[in-house]
Amino acid sequence: MKYLLVAAASLVFAALPFVLKNNYLLSILIVIGIYTLVVEGLGVLMGYAGQVSFGQAAFFGIGGYTVAILTTRFHCETVPALLAAMVLPALTAAVIGKPTLKLREHYLALATLAFGLLVHVFFNEGRELTGGPSGLTGIPYLNAGGFIFNRDYEFYYLVWSLVLLVFLGVRNLDRSRIGRSLRAIRDSEVAAEANGINCSSLKLQAFVFSALLAGLGGGIYAYYVTFISPAPFGFNMSIQFVLMAVIGGLGTVWGPVLGTGLVVVLGEVLRWFIPLILPRAGGEYQIIFFGIILVLAMIFKPEGLGAGWRRKVRANETETAEAVSLNASVNTCSSGR
Amino acid sequence: MIKKIALVLTCAAALLLAAGCSSQKADRGSSSGSGDTINIGAVLDISGPSSSLGIPERDTLQMLVDQLNAKGGINGRQIKMTILDNKSDETESVLAVKKLIDSEKVSAIIGASSSGTSLAMLDTVQKEGVPLISLATNSMIVEPVTNRKWVFKMAQSDSIVAGNMIKYAKSKGAARVAVLYMNNAFGDGGKKALLKAAADNGISVVFEDKFEATDKEMSAQLIKIKGSDAQAVLVWAIPPSASIVTRNYRELGLNIPLIHSHGIANQNFLDLAGDAANGIVLPVGKIVVAEQLPDSDPQKQVLLSYAKDFTTKFNTPPNTFGGHAWDAFNMLVNAIKEVGADRAKIRDALENTKNFVGISGVFNMSDRDHNGLDESCMVMVEIKDGKWKLIK
Amino acid sequence: MHLDDQILQFFFSGLTLGSIYALIALALVTTYNITGILNMAQGEFVALGALTACSLSAAGLPLAAAFILSILITTAAGGILERAAINPVRNASNITLIIITIGISITLRGLALLIWGTDPYSLPSFTRGGPLQVLGAAVNSQSIWIFGLLAVTVSGLFAFMERTYWGKAVRACVINRMAARLMGINPHILSFAAFAASGALGAAAGIFITPITLATYDMGFTLGLKGFVAAIIGGINNVGGAIIGGLLLGVLEIFGAGLISSGLKDAVALIVLIAVLLIRPEGIIGAVSGRKV
Repeated sequence: MKYLLVAAASLVFAALPFVLKNNYLLSILIVIGIYTLVVEGLGVLMGYAGQVSFGQAAFFGIGGYTVAILTTRFHCETVPALLAAMVLPALTAAVIGKPTLKLREHYLALATLAFGLLVHVFFNEGRELTGGPSGLTGIPYLNAGGFIFNRDYEFYYLVWSLVLLVFLGVRNLDRSRIGRSLRAIRDSEVAAEANGINCSSLKLQAFVFSALLAGLGGGIYAYYVTFISPAPFGFNMSIQFVLMAVIGGLGTVWGPVLGTGLVVVLGEVLRWFIPLILPRAGGEYQIIFFGIILVLAMIFKPEGLGAGWRRKVRANETETAEAVSLNASVNTCSSGR
Repeated sequence: MIKKIALVLTCAAALLLAAGCSSQKADRGSSSGSGDTINIGAVLDISGPSSSLGIPERDTLQMLVDQLNAKGGINGRQIKMTILDNKSDETESVLAVKKLIDSEKVSAIIGASSSGTSLAMLDTVQKEGVPLISLATNSMIVEPVTNRKWVFKMAQSDSIVAGNMIKYAKSKGAARVAVLYMNNAFGDGGKKALLKAAADNGISVVFEDKFEATDKEMSAQLIKIKGSDAQAVLVWAIPPSASIVTRNYRELGLNIPLIHSHGIANQNFLDLAGDAANGIVLPVGKIVVAEQLPDSDPQKQVLLSYAKDFTTKFNTPPNTFGGHAWDAFNMLVNAIKEVGADRAKIRDALENTKNFVGISGVFNMSDRDHNGLDESCMVMVEIKDGKWKLIK
Repeated sequence: MHLDDQILQFFFSGLTLGSIYALIALALVTTYNITGILNMAQGEFVALGALTACSLSAAGLPLAAAFILSILITTAAGGILERAAINPVRNASNITLIIITIGISITLRGLALLIWGTDPYSLPSFTRGGPLQVLGAAVNSQSIWIFGLLAVTVSGLFAFMERTYWGKAVRACVINRMAARLMGINPHILSFAAFAASGALGAAAGIFITPITLATYDMGFTLGLKGFVAAIIGGINNVGGAIIGGLLLGVLEIFGAGLISSGLKDAVALIVLIAVLLIRPEGIIGAVSGRKV
């Protein structure tokens, strides 16, 4: 039964471009796919390791700019460019992650926020390298072994194949010892450490992993639009990624797709819908709407629609809270999930 | 697990249905616009940071479409103008342009309002072969021309503005100037243009610095200029930073000539800078001082007529951004009148447009120049008593 | 202009900017210490207050009336937001709360964009007349007002903390929130008051700086961020630190822009923030309680 569903799903997925025949709808799916790559990584960081990052747009941007610079200035081939787009953000994450992940909660949030903004400033200022505020045009098409990707349906297959691979990876992570260890860290770092889990190392790995995926997403984005500028990669994009992760449900494999799909499609629907009721209205309503959704989602369902994130009781500077969660996570660890 | 897959599938189906619903007019025939209507699209920055550009553009387009349709449209065919808001975001621009091409099957597209959002659409229109008329200024939009076969631009290039500013400074005897600019795509393009124009005209730039669009005060930079030997200051910015730098300028007691770019050619700047604005000189599109132009100016009629229509309908004076939209629409309409609604034919007609009297200037397009304007499209004005006064 | 004149000019400009940051940091620190929440929407209160005052003033209201009315409106907004969005989830994790305040700031910014558009607005300077000459540097008369506001706020806060019951209650919260509750101090009232007060303070700061900096719908984000940096520099656990942090940050930024490069002005604040977070998160003044981060 399960396999029948999987087969059906794969068929739908494969046949979609031919059924739809509409580049606009395909491009929506492509954008959803690219963002899903990023949000899966963020989901592992937030949902499994329990950390937070308000700077994912920076890694996304680094990936995009890496592809743009390597291909326009150094005429690099696709595969090395994409690899670099993954490696560079990962390295950056490794370097800044080590000291930053020692921080807790608000401080971590602020540090990642500041880092994201700093990278954005760098994109704007690094004139010679990044083209400054005007950006870089003329990124050549993605060329994998002679096959050129410049039609929407080709990108659709490419992006979603990658997403599928990532799904499988995260699903395996979910069931593995590492996944359980990450969840233990999320529930109580003290307890996890006491159980012999190397918290700082695992947290860093999760961070690097999220940066790697974000970089990949950014690289593909650059190849898709063939133009890049600093403008999109600011705080707004970072918070949008967090929104997608949170709404979809942290700590799940499917959550990110759900959240991303919802946010992107809602955006398109609003774009069509709002001018119908308010003829001279523009996107301000969308901004307000998203702000309200974010607040409501966090108030009523912080674990997201996909469920899975245990609500963390605020450590009220008492040892009792620590002890309670110590107990709870020890139980979690030993029973698996 | 099964429940989850089923859930995801249902959601996916629902999402696609919703997306599909929002573009129901998918089967509107080929690109030549079947039957009685001609489909034109526009992608504008109607909300977000560039909305002060997008809103007058949208208003102008809607006004012109209604006017034209009331007169019977083009050769008896009504025009259907679909205007999409890209929220000043590049990714949204890409989605919007694809929607126009695939779902609305438009014959041509006008947009976007700013450079980043325009540049993001280039690849799609070039691939799909749809003429695009941009309303933004960055020269990369139409250069290199060999890679911009389908793209045209209505707004004058930064080089024209800069040329006017530098030549004015030179005419006032300044051989050394200081350049201040906004730290974004607009300001960056301006700086490059100013430096080049200065070099071309034998003026030396002794000081160059920038400020953020959101900076609250620029005394640091101005203090340094005061201490330098610059004989004039050229500023390339828009309000509010342009207004703040102007105020700081007066407060610090700088009295060398202050020359701004066209970025301040709007009432908002005058309101915010107050008395500090008097004495500023800047190049503007002729629409700003239409009544002061000599009657012999070929654009005067067209300018006055647009100004009257716009002010009557929207209760606010027209500006250069709406002017670009006017130019784009009318040039497009002329092309369609001549060759019909076929995308390739429209492109050719646009490229061969000569002596088109528009709001932004008199256009002469060619296969080497998809902008078609020269320095005469702007005039120098001075701000006196809170008003724009043409310098004759 | 000689270098020392330049330096003095930078210094005064830095102090003006710094006072603005200090006011915002004050609001942030007080809210944090009372409720344990880092209010990412603080900047939007500043914007809301400033823009409302601009509209009221443009509609014909005298400056003082516009001032009082906008402060009241923003205070009310702060209080309502606290009741609606913060109080129900007081016990949620810190990340949830941060995200909620971010959501609030996004909503408020969208509202500001809707109501006021992207145009900048202004208020007349509180006193007429050009800049004053102080030791060879030009100081805007409005700067004096801003310094004044800072002085009044600080002394008011000091008097409040030392002399009134509620002030002592706030200090108790700063030292140990749990213990304060055990002593019978009602956290609901304090939380509500904290947000309302930070709304008032933010609005006042916004109104005072608008004559110099003009008001736009997006002024809140950067100001809020700089306020955070100032609060962290000074040590988020104490009020005096917020002031010193703010002034320091303002001066650093102006000097950085003046002597090195103006494009990196924002980067200065960000780098300082990261540096402080990594090296000494308790801030320069340090946590009195020795609490580690």
